[in-house]
Amino acid sequence: MEIYQVSVFLENQAGKLSEVTNLLAENGIDLRAINIAESSDYGVLRVITSDSNRAVEILREHGFIVNCTAVLGVSVPDRPGGLAHLLRQLAEEKFDVEYMYSVFGQANGLAYMILRVDNIDTVRAALEKDGIHTADCVELGIK
Amino acid sequence: MSGKYFQPEIECADPAEIKKIQSEKLVKQVRHVWDNVPYYRAKMEAKGVTPDDIHGVEDLYKLPFLSKDDLRESYPYGLMGCSREEVVRIHSTSGTTGKRVIAYYTQEDLDIWSDCTARAIVAAGGDKTDVVQVSYGYGLFTGGFGLNDGSNKVGCMTLPMSSGNTERQLQFMVDLGSTILCCTPSYAAYLGESIKEAGLSDKIHLKAGIFGAEAWSEEMRRDIEKSLGLKAYDIYGLTELTGPGVAYECEAQHGMHINEDHFIAEIIDPDTEEVLPEGTVGELVFTSLDKKGFPMLRYRTHDICVLNREKCSCGRTFIKMAKPMGRSDDMLIIKGVNVFPSQIEAVLLEEGFPANYQIIVDRVNNSDTLEVQVEMTPELFSDNLGKISDVEKQLIGSLKAMLGIYAKVRLVAPKSITRSEGKAVRVIDKRKI
Ligand SMILES: [Zn+2]
Repeated sequence: MEIYQVSVFLENQAGKLSEVTNLLAENGIDLRAINIAESSDYGVLRVITSDSNRAVEILREHGFIVNCTAVLGVSVPDRPGGLAHLLRQLAEEKFDVEYMYSVFGQANGLAYMILRVDNIDTVRAALEKDGIHTADCVELGIK
Repeated sequence: MSGKYFQPEIECADPAEIKKIQSEKLVKQVRHVWDNVPYYRAKMEAKGVTPDDIHGVEDLYKLPFLSKDDLRESYPYGLMGCSREEVVRIHSTSGTTGKRVIAYYTQEDLDIWSDCTARAIVAAGGDKTDVVQVSYGYGLFTGGFGLNDGSNKVGCMTLPMSSGNTERQLQFMVDLGSTILCCTPSYAAYLGESIKEAGLSDKIHLKAGIFGAEAWSEEMRRDIEKSLGLKAYDIYGLTELTGPGVAYECEAQHGMHINEDHFIAEIIDPDTEEVLPEGTVGELVFTSLDKKGFPMLRYRTHDICVLNREKCSCGRTFIKMAKPMGRSDDMLIIKGVNVFPSQIEAVLLEEGFPANYQIIVDRVNNSDTLEVQVEMTPELFSDNLGKISDVEKQLIGSLKAMLGIYAKVRLVAPKSITRSEGKAVRVIDKRKI
């Protein structure tokens, strides 16, 4: 199953980010990864959670503007230069990665990155071919 | 030519002839007010003007202005221009107590008013073969009676529907084959949607609509024309002056002809009260030349607008007023440029933003700044910051094109713009704090 990222519009106001994380925590939703992109006035919070549908529901109920996008989870080879290898592959294939960020440490000891690309299936196939393992939601403990 | 004008001898008269009529009427009207309205007489005396100083339109500038405050102060009878016995009807604005205006009409006032609205109906293509559905409110509000009486005068079959009860409106519209609809533009838009929902589009025979009493955009005009399958005409008026029909739109749909045989329009600088030349943007001031029950001399409307005397393709010679672009009370002067919240609102709607916004004006290092705070919508949101910033840039560009100055745009979370008593505070001018 595809991994879904939940994006939230945040005003750059003290307390807004913790309001989101508190809401998720109160509802028993765990964070697997978090990333924030900011301009001077507002930001976009992107999270991978244990239950994206529920996260979207709760945040919308509380008046947040939210959307949900499929993203690609990639396991970073566990050896020196693992990340560099991944980035080199992406560059060689000329894939346009809008942004990427890392996933919190997993119980299996592997390191993962989240990639935001338009053509998920193509990128997934190309990386797998290069021997880079892509993750599904079960692997990241996502419902 | 017949059928195109209600009173062609006046509507298409030589402008010099109109000016002559205005001058003669003005001299008489000033005398009438001096003799009958002590409140205004005192204002003239305070300014050192007497009726002997007024020989024609060229002397109009000598007269004092009447403002909303004057109307409030003289409430209820202070500006009545005739004896109580001569009054046959009143109308009133919807203002809350203290702000309410009550206007008085003699029988002659009503006759002249219905001439004015009859001109509007004929200009919209109406004649006695038409079925006119008047869906403005009847009562203290001037809309219903105003168009009703004009429609009677033209000889149309008049449906005094009043506003509301949409189901009944549609039933009469279909069963009696209404050809002209008169109501507020927002109700027209609503009727258009209801017709579509009810699947009645094929059964509607409307050809024209006369819509006024609230601000509406050209975009809204196009939408209404499409949904109702008619040509939409604007109409202007104020209860203080008479009601709808002070000015009316013709087939050119490019400004409203002012009934100059009954009203003189001036444009003034709202701050200095100086009269501005025709073609300049400023506050619209009206003098009613015939009104006896509630005569207004130089009444400040607070509507910001521009007059245009260029020859109109319809053949009428009356000067035209553009759709008011805002209220002088709302006008902000930012970096020397006139800015109206209504302009900003129009841009926001066009760009797909909600009309809930806040304008923050400040002065930083002796220079004015303008910030427009607008609420983000799910449709405009993206997980990609670049896409949001594109939306922001597009809005900044459109605002610049409309206002002529740079406005900083600040996207805020939904429902975060403060509302007081349910009504949003649109403008925060920190320069005044
Ligand atoms: Zn015309």
